[in-house]
Amino acid sequence: MKIAIPLASCFIFGIFAIVAWFFPVMNEVNKEFIINWTLVIFGFSMALGIISLITSHLRKINKQAAGWGYNVVALAGYFTMAIVGFAFGRGEESLFQYLFFTVQVPVQATMFSILAFYIASAAFRAFRAKSRDATLLLVAAIIVMLGQVPIAAENIPYMADAKDWILNVPNMAAKRGILIGIGLGMVSTALKIIVGIERTYLGKRES
Amino acid sequence: MQGHRSNHNGARQGLRAPSLLSILVLTLFLAASALAQDTPAPPESFRAFDKPNDSGNRIMLEWTKSPDDGDGANVVSGYDLYRSDSPDGPFEKLTPQPMPPGDGSFEDRQVRAIGAHKVKNNTDYHYQIRALTRAGLESEPAVASASASWTFFDVHKLNTLITVVLYVTVLLGMIFTARSGRKMFIRRLAGIDAIEEAVGRATEMGKPVLYVPGMHDLAEVNTIAAVNILSGVAKKVGQYQSKLLVPCRDPMVMTVAQEVVKEAYTSIGRPDAYDSHDIFYTTYDQFPYVASVDGIMMREKPATNLYMGYYYAESLILAETGALTGAIQIAGTDAVTQLPFFVTACDYTLMGEELYAASAYISEDPMLLGSLKGQDYMKFMLAVVMMIGIVAATLYHINPEWQWLSDLVAIFKPIASG
Repeated sequence: MKIAIPLASCFIFGIFAIVAWFFPVMNEVNKEFIINWTLVIFGFSMALGIISLITSHLRKINKQAAGWGYNVVALAGYFTMAIVGFAFGRGEESLFQYLFFTVQVPVQATMFSILAFYIASAAFRAFRAKSRDATLLLVAAIIVMLGQVPIAAENIPYMADAKDWILNVPNMAAKRGILIGIGLGMVSTALKIIVGIERTYLGKRES
Repeated sequence: MQGHRSNHNGARQGLRAPSLLSILVLTLFLAASALAQDTPAPPESFRAFDKPNDSGNRIMLEWTKSPDDGDGANVVSGYDLYRSDSPDGPFEKLTPQPMPPGDGSFEDRQVRAIGAHKVKNNTDYHYQIRALTRAGLESEPAVASASASWTFFDVHKLNTLITVVLYVTVLLGMIFTARSGRKMFIRRLAGIDAIEEAVGRATEMGKPVLYVPGMHDLAEVNTIAAVNILSGVAKKVGQYQSKLLVPCRDPMVMTVAQEVVKEAYTSIGRPDAYDSHDIFYTTYDQFPYVASVDGIMMREKPATNLYMGYYYAESLILAETGALTGAIQIAGTDAVTQLPFFVTACDYTLMGEELYAASAYISEDPMLLGSLKGQDYMKFMLAVVMMIGIVAATLYHINPEWQWLSDLVAIFKPIASG
């Protein structure tokens, strides 16, 4: 039963979702009721997530694992925001919003800004012309980068056109090839799940 | 003094009288000019029609801007829409704020909120649109009528339905062929073969294996694919007696991942190896999640990092941090925009459909392998169809007079637009 009920549910709702996509009336039911269930389930699972978060940090603090000070900071941040949010509300002028915009948003922006440096280091590694393929990549990258900046695009003849051609012809062809494969892979995986051939996500394969 | 004062007052009154008169004249002039101002012309080509291929309760309104909107008297600041179920009214306003200037459209639909207006199926509705000036003057109305109805089958999706039926037939055919015991050749994937080597390396180094199941939730197929791969990875980790860490961004993914890993360890006879604390929830926010995973990489120094599922901008931050720690890295994603980053920073990358195929490769289940073969056949068929389309479109471009080519191209047009 532990396997049969989830498999049956998966089959019924999976087939319904496929059929509903072609029949507008059913699609409305699918969107309005069935997909919204995900939100309800998410609400319940969030409680499990919070328990996991707190216990995993407490465990590391208790064991004084490497970098346990960060666990203290994470827990303090979590409880501070929760208490402030419940006690003083989350309105536009609230302390909760103040903390969010003056602490979390800058920290998130800092993480995102690291990307710029990592792009430089990754480009350095990728553009070393060690093989024919890498050389091709290097040449293509140079043309695209130069074609993208006004100083080269305006002053070097055909540079902007060459950039557009690389992006719109070979790059787009490869991208579309990959996308078609992804589409087929998705349908195939979905079908295997619906008919119960692929049941790894249930935790049990054998029934 | 008295007389002087009196004269002075008289002078004051003399001054006040023309001021009052001028204000009066000015007011009358403004009122007269306002009355004299022409109301704007109504919008043109106003039409109402049932929204095609929908479940009903929706009427579309479309209009072309008034000649006084941007041109002509240039006084139009927006448009007011009205509706009634009788041509004689009363008409109710559809939106609290006027629609913006320019050509426009509006979908009048059934709203579930209490007190909101509803569009009933098979009922005639009469609509008016009036151009509105900045002074609040409204034009004469343009009128249109329509009734909503529902569609049983969306004919625009017929191509998709045929393709899906064909694909499902091919897939099931290959799955049953595989089930009958017929051996099928499947090309090996270097990224999948490397998983075993990577897990072995982690064991030798006494370091954990880090598995990141992507940024999406379980409603996405790519996350389910990542969870399926996790099962195979967990079995190898269990066999090699290494440690597996799975930080999750979504609590539902965490719950499922815990079950999957537990079952994987049990299936290889090592249920004792399972520790629910190794599969844990961190945070739902994108960059805090990245910070937590990067922190794990820097502190625990996993020997192997596996990134499976869907990723956004964080892909390179994760993979570069992993590269800095010297871990062997294998990624698998269907996020086309992130593939170059993973290819650059990781040792192996499963691209696009390989993510979905990986579970079959790892499990070596004949039925799953059969589905891969079906996928390949379908891809071949699509390639043939596309080649026919390309040749037909090219010949049609050379000679548009050939009727048979025109008919052939017409078949492909809905497929391309659908």
